[in-house]
Amino acid sequence: MITVNENLCKGCNLCTEFCPRQVYEQTDKLNKKGVHVPVPVNEEKCKKCGLCALMCPDQAIKVDEKDEE
Amino acid sequence: MDKAGESPFMKYLRKDRLPTIFCAGCGNGIAMNTFFKGMEMAEIDFENLILVSGIGCSSRIPGYVECDSLHTTHGRPISFATGIKLANPQHDVAVFSGDGDAAAIGGNHLIHAARRNINITVICINNSIYGMTGGQISPTSPRGSYGTTAPYGALERPFSLSDLVTAAGGTYVARWTTAHPLQLSNAIKKGFLNKGFSFIEVISQCPTYYGRKNRMKSPIEMLKWMKESSILKRKADKMEESELEGKIIVGEFQKKEELEFTDKLCKLLEEQCVTGKPAAVRSAYQGD
Ligand SMILES: Cc1ncc(C[n+]2csc(CCOP(=O)(O)OP(=O)(O)O)c2C)c(N)n1
Ligand code: SF4
Ligand code: SF4
Ligand code: SF4
Repeated sequence: MITVNENLCKGCNLCTEFCPRQVYEQTDKLNKKGVHVPVPVNEEKCKKCGLCALMCPDQAIKVDEKDEE
Repeated sequence: MDKAGESPFMKYLRKDRLPTIFCAGCGNGIAMNTFFKGMEMAEIDFENLILVSGIGCSSRIPGYVECDSLHTTHGRPISFATGIKLANPQHDVAVFSGDGDAAAIGGNHLIHAARRNINITVICINNSIYGMTGGQISPTSPRGSYGTTAPYGALERPFSLSDLVTAAGGTYVARWTTAHPLQLSNAIKKGFLNKGFSFIEVISQCPTYYGRKNRMKSPIEMLKWMKESSILKRKADKMEESELEGKIIVGEFQKKEELEFTDKLCKLLEEQCVTGKPAAVRSAYQGD
């Protein structure tokens, strides 16, 4: 499972741009600070490479290694 | 153990201080992540780590990390780190510094620490500008780039910090960009494992000042620029200087073994010590 922490995300969209599988999409979802938080809409395409969590400058992303049951 | 839904790096951070003060998309956060990843790969004991920084946006990083740290004066983190390492050689000491901090006001400290080959790991976040003070030109700003102090473009030749530190005697030197997080993590690992002065230059994005002044408004544009302009060191070595204008040379600049400074000093103390106390203590307090 992919979790994006709304309270930490600053909406830079590096995850949206650099995920090799285009898992994230910018949506209209706003957090308390009015930031557009990306949503992992294509989660089934994720290959769990961990790049998004390594690149997120605000430590907002967690990609679970295990598949969901 | 990772808590559910938390970034794998959260366990190293002071959560009550987050989010960081860094602008959206600033490279400092990526440098921080890759530092933790490199530290894990090198199997460094987090409890044994001491972080030191000077002044600048990049120098705020140790304040977010849940380990012992020193936030020192502008340009001096390497000097403080040298003191820490000499007094406590058993600790792993790392420095976070900016291009202004390490190469302008702190340039002397940088070259002399490299010359000494003291076992510390310096992570220099080079965003080609002074971020914290509002976008002034730094010693690494590319020729022709704009800043508040260069409205017509920088006229001077920039320092290549990795070449500088290599020439000064650093025993592990590598440069990568925030668009190469895996290679960067690996270089940080090697920096930790090198027993000597290690310098990892992280070419990074300051979208707020460098980006805005140089027609790259978003962090995405900046990362694409870094990725596209990068060229591997072994390829660049075969090219002419004129062909390399505007390119970012990435890779390992130095990797060699040499006697390390704290080892040399400990050995000297051992040899000179006849009373069981270090020589400096004897002469200062015992009148000999
Ligand atoms: C002795 C001294 N001189 C000048 C300053 C002002 N000052 C603060 S940060 C800074 C430069 C920061 O640039 P850099 O080290 O590249 O870090 P960045 O903010 O870009 O990460 C300067 C000149 C200071 N704090 N102390
Ligand atoms: S990289 Fe991190 S901070 Fe940036 S948009 Fe994605 S989740 Fe938010
Ligand atoms: S783990 Fe890799 S594939 Fe999955 S969302 Fe992150 S970057 Fe994309
Ligand atoms: S001013 Fe530049 S270096 Fe400082 S936090 Fe903002 S983007 Fe980062």
